[in-house]
Amino acid sequence: MAKYWNEKIECMPREEMKKLQSERLVAQVKHVWDNVPYYKKLMEEKGVTPDDIHGIEDLHKLPFLSKADLREAYPYGLLAKPLSECVRIHSTSGTTGKRVVAFYTQNDIDMWDDCCARAIVAAGGDENDVCHVAYGYGLFTGGAGLNGGSHKVGCLTLPMSSGNTERQIQFMQDLGSTILCCTPSYAAYIGETVKEMGIKPDELKLKAGIFGAEPWTEEMRKEIEKLLGIKAYDIYGLTETSGPGVAFECEEQTGMHINEDNFIAEIIDPDTGEVLPEGSKGELVFTSITKEAFPLLRYRTRDICVLTREKCSCGRTLVKMCKPMGRSDDMMIIKGVNVFPSQIESVLLKMSNATPNYQIVVDRVNNVDTFEIRVEISDDMFSDTIKSIEELERKIGSDIHSILGIKAKISLVEPKSIPRSEGKAVRVIDKRKLV
Amino acid sequence: MTVKQLSVFVENRPGRLSEITGVLGAAGINIRAISIADTKDFGIMRIILSDTESAEKVLKEHGCIVTKSNVIAVVIDDEPCGMAKVMETLYKDNISVEYMYAAFLNTSENTACLILRVDSNEKAVTALTEKNFKLLSESEMKNI
Repeated sequence: MAKYWNEKIECMPREEMKKLQSERLVAQVKHVWDNVPYYKKLMEEKGVTPDDIHGIEDLHKLPFLSKADLREAYPYGLLAKPLSECVRIHSTSGTTGKRVVAFYTQNDIDMWDDCCARAIVAAGGDENDVCHVAYGYGLFTGGAGLNGGSHKVGCLTLPMSSGNTERQIQFMQDLGSTILCCTPSYAAYIGETVKEMGIKPDELKLKAGIFGAEPWTEEMRKEIEKLLGIKAYDIYGLTETSGPGVAFECEEQTGMHINEDNFIAEIIDPDTGEVLPEGSKGELVFTSITKEAFPLLRYRTRDICVLTREKCSCGRTLVKMCKPMGRSDDMMIIKGVNVFPSQIESVLLKMSNATPNYQIVVDRVNNVDTFEIRVEISDDMFSDTIKSIEELERKIGSDIHSILGIKAKISLVEPKSIPRSEGKAVRVIDKRKLV
Repeated sequence: MTVKQLSVFVENRPGRLSEITGVLGAAGINIRAISIADTKDFGIMRIILSDTESAEKVLKEHGCIVTKSNVIAVVIDDEPCGMAKVMETLYKDNISVEYMYAAFLNTSENTACLILRVDSNEKAVTALTEKNFKLLSESEMKNI
């Protein structure tokens, strides 16, 4: 069993890596300037041209990209390759109705598979393993990413997707899954179900898990490791930077190594945009230097974390990021799906002449996220029959489901029953303890 | 010949009914008829008041969500088949009842009052009047 998927890259001396990054950055900036008018305009507005970028030391000169840009450029505005060379899309939530669509060439897929392969090998995987992928398959990058990485490593890949827990466990028992890939809350749920079924962890062949797509704490890690008898590894990524595999945990389990040969990481002050020194807490920004079809430069993830180059016992020299500690925007992850309060507002606006006062209440019961939207009823929403009010609740619920892909419990409440605050409205009550 | 009814949204929380009826009482308004349609999380309280305008004003000032509708108050005999006769009349004329509730009994005249919300007030008033049912007017309702 090899220790690294790509030892040359993963253990590359810092100076060599900087040189590689610089070469790739210069080429990527030119590629984007030549093929993405939207970003070229942003560069021109900032007074920057490709000639001003000689290496990573000039990265800070480039303009940022954010979800708002993706929404504005939807769907093809940030595409850098002709569609004939693109082989796939994946998609994720936008801040309002518009989704984010990411494009991939075959090279992009290969690079992404490679990143996920590094994660699987870091978790102790090789071609003898049975990789049980219970992330959602489809537009979501989770299933596709780990599926690709698993194939690359040569594991027997079980493309389970999420759900149908009984079948998941049956296959674990019958086919001897050794590595489980899914969201941490689903892993905990599977663990509890296994326990309820009276199956002991050592009766399963599972040895490791690669969990991500939502925030999870050290406490949750310990719980999952105990329930399933495995070592649980963190993985990180976003659709905008391919998907999972941008960063992955090693056996030290003290942070995730960023595949910085493909993604240059910066930490910035979320309010000023100033690049902060290593070790500072701030917003994580990624510049994709090898992606071809959808190459985002200085993309603001809105995740808050710390980067460190302290020596890692695993031998990898790739910079480490800690688990995200929070967000610099109001996005939440509920049942594995990105949710913005503004998306909910766009639905409620259709129901009444003025946006009703609302509150989102999120909790976790038996390891499953619960999602409730409390809406203050207004005069124009009220009518004299139960069936019309229930129809209103049903319509809100159906529109929410249509926009987000997950169901919410809709509760109509009396006016003034949702507390108002002096400053910014408290729209979200998140009772889960995730960070 | 219809009567005004207020419908109030009531969240299913302790104290809501106590509060709403308290507000009406404090304003000197008398409730003539009442019903509550309930679901798990909320209810609609339907009330006929001695003073509809004041009640609506006072409830809205209190922050309640209120809507007004026109319903039919029909007098029925307080004996077996009293209500059945009304139902038969409406059914024969294809009039659909959305909901209904009983109001007070008049023991001296041996009658009761039925509050009906139907799909067509016009058709219902015609059908019931033709069959000689007495419909209460707004002022009659207030003075009982």
